[in-house]
Amino acid sequence: MYDIIIVGAGPAGISAGLYARRANKNVLIIYSGESNLEKAEKIDNYYGFVNGISGKDLYENGIRQAENIGVEVKKEEVLNIEMTLDGFAVKTIDNVYESSVCIIATGNKKLRPNIKGIIELEGKGVSYCAICDGFFYRNKNVVVIGNGKYAVSEAKDLENIVQNVKILTDGKEMEADTTFDVDTRKISQIIGEDRVEAIKFEDGDTIDVNGVFIALGEAGGSDFAKKIGVILDKDSIKVDENMATNVKGLYSCGNSTGGLLQVSKAVYEGAVAGLSAVKYLNERK
Amino acid sequence: MSVIVLSEDNFDEEVRKTDKKVLVDFYADWCGPCKMMAPAIEKIAEEVAEYAKVGKVNVDDSPEIAEEFGIMSIPTLLIFENGEVIHKHVGVTDKETLMSELK
Ligand SMILES: Cc1cc2nc3c(=O)[nH]c(=O)nc-3n(C[C@H](O)[C@H](O)[C@H](O)COP(=O)(O)OP(=O)(O)OC[C@H]3O[C@@H](n4cnc5c(N)ncnc54)[C@H](O)[C@@H]3O)c2cc1C
Repeated sequence: MYDIIIVGAGPAGISAGLYARRANKNVLIIYSGESNLEKAEKIDNYYGFVNGISGKDLYENGIRQAENIGVEVKKEEVLNIEMTLDGFAVKTIDNVYESSVCIIATGNKKLRPNIKGIIELEGKGVSYCAICDGFFYRNKNVVVIGNGKYAVSEAKDLENIVQNVKILTDGKEMEADTTFDVDTRKISQIIGEDRVEAIKFEDGDTIDVNGVFIALGEAGGSDFAKKIGVILDKDSIKVDENMATNVKGLYSCGNSTGGLLQVSKAVYEGAVAGLSAVKYLNERK
Repeated sequence: MSVIVLSEDNFDEEVRKTDKKVLVDFYADWCGPCKMMAPAIEKIAEEVAEYAKVGKVNVDDSPEIAEEFGIMSIPTLLIFENGEVIHKHVGVTDKETLMSELK
């Protein structure tokens, strides 16, 4: 059992980890997949770098810096975060880690694919949470839109409830092994008025479906948030000035909370989240 | 006032035939996000007691009501006025938004 698990090793997650570790907490940072920072060729508006610094270097430096002061860092993809009686269970592909506090610092992942009909049909057959909404699709046909392990994990949560589940990659390559039916054709539209009725592909073909579950790429902060019951503001996690969400012991920082999408803001929010988490743990004792 | 437990038996009476606005929370016992929402729903019920009503529908116990309103995701929060749905929120929603819509 860790005091604090931080999901994400970008500037927000690392900064939170540094402050929490300095306050002698037992901290695990889990990360996998691309950080926005890694993609930035050069950061030249961040304090203290005379000639700027490559995003990749800054990212890797951050991870080493955290490791150097005793933060445990693991490279694993997180699929889900669940509440337990005394904290959180963070599920990765192969393991489950438990902590009293959890900090979501997963950056800003796009929640929705650009497919016509998605927004209009949200709550009318378009869902972002298999375990929450699978129940409404007993003995019906559903699809999961996605192409990674997260999509497979959502399909698994559905398979015992629904009649048939298929994975649609919307033109992308399937990146995870699976025994589910996979269709890689590009989707042009989700059809339906009051309820989802069918999916139309760009080649003009349609298939009848009752439910569409969105699980793009890796699970992001807002995917985790939806399943726990964290309040979102559009696709961003809603936090107060202490970076606390509406769920006790759960914090978020950096791009996942929206606003200014810059390193400086991620570092600041990470520091606040780390310190708030420490305060919460100390007061709980 | 506390949250009214709604079912087929009292839905018309409590929700449709009232001149107050009514907030209805569709939930289930196995739904994690619904549990997060529950304390806020109870608080709202207390705070709006003078001018509005708050009820909850367990979708396992009353699937017909859920079906009638096309509930496909929980929690879903509906606000009724004169028997008509005037606001719909899918997913956990903050208390302030719901409070302002019940005014
Ligand atoms: C091309 C480009 C250029 C930019 N240029 C600048 C600039 O010049 N100046 C500036 O200040 N900002 C710049 N930015 C923005 C900056 O990179 C971000 O604001 C910053 O990286 C946000 O930090 P973060 O920690 O919130 O998220 P990120 O850096 O995105 O980190 C997210 C972390 O979460 C992890 N993660 C996500 N999902 C999972 C999962 N399911 N399981 C496990 N781990 C997960 C990732 O591996 C990563 O470690 C740029 C961004 C881009 C894309």
